[in-house]
Amino acid sequence: MEICRQDQALEIRELDPFLAELLRQIPESTQPKDSPAADERLFSAPAAPEEKDLCAEWKVYVVPELRRLFQSATETVRQDLKQLQCTGKPFANCTLCIPLAHTDAWLSALNQARLAIAATYQFSDHELCDHYRSPLGSRRDLSLFQVNFYGFLQEFILREIEGNS
Amino acid sequence: MSRLSRKKETKFATTLVINFPHATLEAPTIEKKEATSQEIEMPWNVVVHNDPVNLMSYVTMVFQRVFGYPRERAEKHMLEVHHSGRSILWSGVRERAELYVQQLHGYLLLATIEKTV
Repeated sequence: MEICRQDQALEIRELDPFLAELLRQIPESTQPKDSPAADERLFSAPAAPEEKDLCAEWKVYVVPELRRLFQSATETVRQDLKQLQCTGKPFANCTLCIPLAHTDAWLSALNQARLAIAATYQFSDHELCDHYRSPLGSRRDLSLFQVNFYGFLQEFILREIEGNS
Repeated sequence: MSRLSRKKETKFATTLVINFPHATLEAPTIEKKEATSQEIEMPWNVVVHNDPVNLMSYVTMVFQRVFGYPRERAEKHMLEVHHSGRSILWSGVRERAELYVQQLHGYLLLATIEKTV
């Protein structure tokens, strides 16, 4: 895999089928089914539990706005990911172009996915720092690899944004 | 701005509650509640809490964007969050503190508002 800047876009080239599949899983990873832990992390409380009124009002007025904001970012990423619908050879490497105008949406969706996965699997600090674990052991290991791979992409996007500003 | 923030604009105003216990008109009972000067002046802190998933570079970028802090100051707060578990990013009136927390939640940081002690 190779990532580089091309005019007004970031280009991920030579994307092998495994990594392409992990990217395709970003939208669904942002909203894991049956994971109250993920929902709790994405929509965390704005104050200590003693501030009952504030916490209750937050759920009514702010959480729906945040949900819309996150869904909008995820939708942008979903559209970009349509480039990965490989129509040629089934196991061919492919290329993904992320327009610079979409980088904020990508940062948000990648972050949503990382936080939701980490909350669902309750990864420890030690596990999150273990970047050399094989992704082939179990679903849990694969999910940890997913969190780290999305983090790597976030880092690259951040570097490009900083270079741009 | 969220409806929450608009609603809070009247938070410190004097509250009047008028009760009409009977059908016949009587002198209304007026309960007057005044916010103490301490409640009015007491600032609120915007606190960001540590989270092992969010990247350090991402957190720094968010502090720069939300609070307009220069990179050095944003990094200082990010490191405080990382090492001490929390950092007070801003202090001031409650409405603005709530707005900051809403923005930080939009970037998926763990942020809360707290009354200053």
